[in-house]
Amino acid sequence: MALLEVQGIGKHFRGLRALHDVSFSIPQGAIHAMIGPNGAGKTTCFNVIAGVYKPDGGSIRFDGKPIDGLRPDQICRAGIGRTFQVVKPFPGLSVLDNVVVGALNATADVAQARKEAMRVLELLHLADKAKHPAASLTLPERKRVEVARAMATGPRLLLLDEVMAGLRPTEVDEMVAVFRRVNQETGLTILLIEHVMRAVMALAQHIVVLHYGEKISEGAPQEVVNDPKVLECYLGEEAL
Amino acid sequence: MKVLLAGLPPRAVVALGLFLLLLLVAPWVVNGYLLSLLVVMLYFAYAGQAWNVMMGFAGQLSLGHSLYVGLGAYAAAMMFTKFGVNPWVGLLVAVATTTAMGAIIGFLAFRFGIGGVYFAILTIAFSEFVRIGFDHWTWLGGSAGLFLPVANRSSNDLLNLRGAPVMFYYVMLAMCVAALAFCRWLLGSRLGYYWQAIRENEDAAAALGIPVFRYKMFAVMISSAMTAFAGVFYAFYYNNLFPEQIFSMGRSIEIILGPIIGGLGTLIGPILGAFVLTPLADGLSELLQWAGIDVPGVKQVFYGVCLLLVIVFLPNGIWPVLARRLKLEREH
Repeated sequence: MALLEVQGIGKHFRGLRALHDVSFSIPQGAIHAMIGPNGAGKTTCFNVIAGVYKPDGGSIRFDGKPIDGLRPDQICRAGIGRTFQVVKPFPGLSVLDNVVVGALNATADVAQARKEAMRVLELLHLADKAKHPAASLTLPERKRVEVARAMATGPRLLLLDEVMAGLRPTEVDEMVAVFRRVNQETGLTILLIEHVMRAVMALAQHIVVLHYGEKISEGAPQEVVNDPKVLECYLGEEAL
Repeated sequence: MKVLLAGLPPRAVVALGLFLLLLLVAPWVVNGYLLSLLVVMLYFAYAGQAWNVMMGFAGQLSLGHSLYVGLGAYAAAMMFTKFGVNPWVGLLVAVATTTAMGAIIGFLAFRFGIGGVYFAILTIAFSEFVRIGFDHWTWLGGSAGLFLPVANRSSNDLLNLRGAPVMFYYVMLAMCVAALAFCRWLLGSRLGYYWQAIRENEDAAAALGIPVFRYKMFAVMISSAMTAFAGVFYAFYYNNLFPEQIFSMGRSIEIILGPIIGGLGTLIGPILGAFVLTPLADGLSELLQWAGIDVPGVKQVFYGVCLLLVIVFLPNGIWPVLARRLKLEREH
């Protein structure tokens, strides 16, 4: 059974149609990617799933239960963690405390949350920065803190919004390895929005392509990158 | 106790102990004037600590905390003068009243998405409404004031809070220590982490599973409940209450200056701020009086200058810098 089922969702911002009749589903334990040009509606789609916006129509089911219309905190507690495209760290807190806040979603015991936070930081190669204020980090590091924070909430589905942007190729490979490992070891389901095709191709088993708020293609990575519609609007001829 | 001191370097524990010891023996050493000054310092340290829970921890700016002081003061004074109820039982009524008021303001603001400066304006508005209400509530003295029977200063009656200034001093000291311990515990709990997350970024906090509305309500309610005691103390220490004074915006500002100058969101900041500001402002007044210069509003001008200097040179307040210099910071 699909862990996440998005059925015909739409979202308008006054006259702007940001999403129109978008449907897709993600099976338990899979890694899917969502790609498309800037302004295609990818982040809006994330925000609708994560409860920031209520969809104008359609339905979203997580683990068989409807979640559309729930608040972001309720959706997190239901088991969906997310990162923000424009990072939103807690700048005044240390890196560790940033992640502890996430870990407290799964336990009320602060000592246990600190342990869990440290474990996640080690996994994401951030342990040496644990005591640094989050405000002192570089952008790619802040993105990793976002990932750590979201992972610490103990999600079953992780929504990653452009977490590879700004990383060097070796760092991208490192992150890819981390996500792959977590996915294999814990069965964590992942949906990522990404422009870094190197990461998309390495991670995703399935790709959804959005353009002007509509799904224009979906399928296995090799199919999608050879789809003429996708090449035309997003990847360009070079991908061939 | 262990939890409260956990992570503190030994020198910080010693410094804290010495400071407390100094405060404990102070009444035997100082004269009457200095004792009254110390009482005021402790009063502002306590009220500042209570305000800091809301703004320093949870990031919700209240510019109307005199509302809770006033309500707490009037509630306990009313129970005492009208019904003969002792102030400690009166405190329960005071806490219930201020918490309910905090809940009303919080609900109206947070339910309808009023934040930042608009929330601050709402707190001022409520404080003014209530002031005008009390001005016209003749049963409680109206604008002519409510007076408590003046204390017999030769004997101390702790149960009825009637006695000499030294008794009030120790009561306020005990409450300051209790408030510090309580705030330490709050800050180290899930509640404290959630408040700080909300203070730093509400959207990110919600995305991490924090029910933002509920935790902001907790902040307002706990802060207003704590502030009730400052009001009860004020009523029984000064024995007179005038709506014009106790609910005034100026009083709210006096409460918040300590934590801002001492260090917003820190535990020691409100105490340090009160201990720096109060004697300086009072000393300045005394000095000018001694020199025969009569300048109305000199205290306010002084507060303004202090605030400016801190904003320019120490935007995080005095304590964070001092703690780092003296190596008194808590280790994580």
